[in-house]
Amino acid sequence: MDKIVVNKLDLFYGDQQALNNIGIAMKERSVTALIGPSGCGKSTFLRTLNRMQDLIPSVKIMGQVKIDGQDIYVAGTDVVLLRKKVGMVFQNPNPFPKSVFENVAYGPRIHGESDKKKLSEIVETSLKDAALWNEVKDRLHESALGLSGGQQQRLCIARLLAVGPEILLMDEPTSALDPISTMKIEELISELKDKYTIIIVTHNMHQASRVSDRTAFFLSGDLIEEDVTSVLFTRPAKKKTEDYISGRFG
Amino acid sequence: MKAHQADRFATIMLWIGALAIVAILIAFLTLILGRGVPHLTSEFFNGPDGVRGQLFNSFYILFLSLVLSLPVGLGAGIYMAEYAPKNKFTDLIRLSTESLASVPSIVFGLFGMIVFVNMFGLGFTILGGSATLALLNLPILVRVTEESLRAVPRSYREASLALGATMWQTLRKVILPTALPGLITGITLVAGRALGETAILIFTAGMNVSRIPFDVNPLAAGETLAVHLFAVKSNPLPGTNADQIADGTAALLIIMVIVFNICLTLPSRWLQRRQLGKNKM
Repeated sequence: MDKIVVNKLDLFYGDQQALNNIGIAMKERSVTALIGPSGCGKSTFLRTLNRMQDLIPSVKIMGQVKIDGQDIYVAGTDVVLLRKKVGMVFQNPNPFPKSVFENVAYGPRIHGESDKKKLSEIVETSLKDAALWNEVKDRLHESALGLSGGQQQRLCIARLLAVGPEILLMDEPTSALDPISTMKIEELISELKDKYTIIIVTHNMHQASRVSDRTAFFLSGDLIEEDVTSVLFTRPAKKKTEDYISGRFG
Repeated sequence: MKAHQADRFATIMLWIGALAIVAILIAFLTLILGRGVPHLTSEFFNGPDGVRGQLFNSFYILFLSLVLSLPVGLGAGIYMAEYAPKNKFTDLIRLSTESLASVPSIVFGLFGMIVFVNMFGLGFTILGGSATLALLNLPILVRVTEESLRAVPRSYREASLALGATMWQTLRKVILPTALPGLITGITLVAGRALGETAILIFTAGMNVSRIPFDVNPLAAGETLAVHLFAVKSNPLPGTNADQIADGTAALLIIMVIVFNICLTLPSRWLQRRQLGKNKM
């Protein structure tokens, strides 16, 4: 079933058009990778899916983004509920300057959970789901800023899982990490896709081919091609895609 | 090799600068405290010329001025940092705050005298003094608040908002706690100024002390320690030992400011540590 359906999406920064007429559908419990050179609009597109792009003052957005059949850009959409359902992992790990426990408990707390026992349970499950529990279970009340970069990124994923999202948006989640941490995150993504719909922006084509079911190629604000990952990388339909994946530019 | 020499030279110069600061501070403290502390007897506080009233007034006026200025100053600073759109109007607000921050305090004093003492007809009152002090401190509070909030990384805001937090939750639970050390510094700065301010208070709170001990009537006149120091030195009453009172008062003022700063800084450090988790790094 299609979880996300995007239709004729245009986005402008002031007068500058950054996304042209994007149309794409993403299946439930699958991983979609967005690839393309820097500035092609892939991150911008990702951020339209949880309306984080709205935070930039001069942005204008037109078109439709439907999640579970609901257009998230119609007036009266509850952005708080939307972002609870559509979570995001950022390029640089950004844990709060709080303890490990408080980082994960932050989401449930702001959504009204105050029961200590329940919070502990949520923290434990989320950390286990993010494959971090064993490394931090003895230091839950120490600062999250003392963790390594890779651990911090998995903590951010745990923090996200704790609010019970259905869709995970990942904006180059491993670009600031070393190869071993990257591998751990990639393994985690393959586990998480049993439960979540994942969209990952990556500049690394090998990563896209390793983790994703489908891949979308963006160039200068256009969605050039979108297909099953193995097909897109071996038999692309468009010349531009072929030039990009064979390393002729980008 | 040149870069290496320049590096050593710069290091030495910076060291000298830092040492000079410490040396000046030590010289200053030994002189003022050395001359003043021996006079800090019970008689100095409770005697006929005692400064108990002034000491109380200093803190009372400080307290009232903070009560008046903190909500507005913090509020405006938060608005400027988090909510205000970037346009000509907010630029104007920022310019106005900066101009106000550089107005000499005696001009504020005159303003306070015209408004509170004369127009409102209050006469010299603690209330008028506190309100004028609050005006003096407002622009600084706004600026310090805005700057401390802007220093909080954008990524914290994004993380919180992306989890479905509202702007207010983000502000209360992430931004303000992270900005707390900066805010405390700002409040300390403002409080120190309030404790030491003279020009404003001479014009608005007057140079008299209520005869009732610990008089909390805000409509009474209220001479503070700093004003007292000025009054004793510039116009010594016959039959009193003005120099001794002045030395003692100066020492007492310094001790007050130091104690007050410690009282603000330590709890904020403790709060931060508790919030951050056990070990910092």
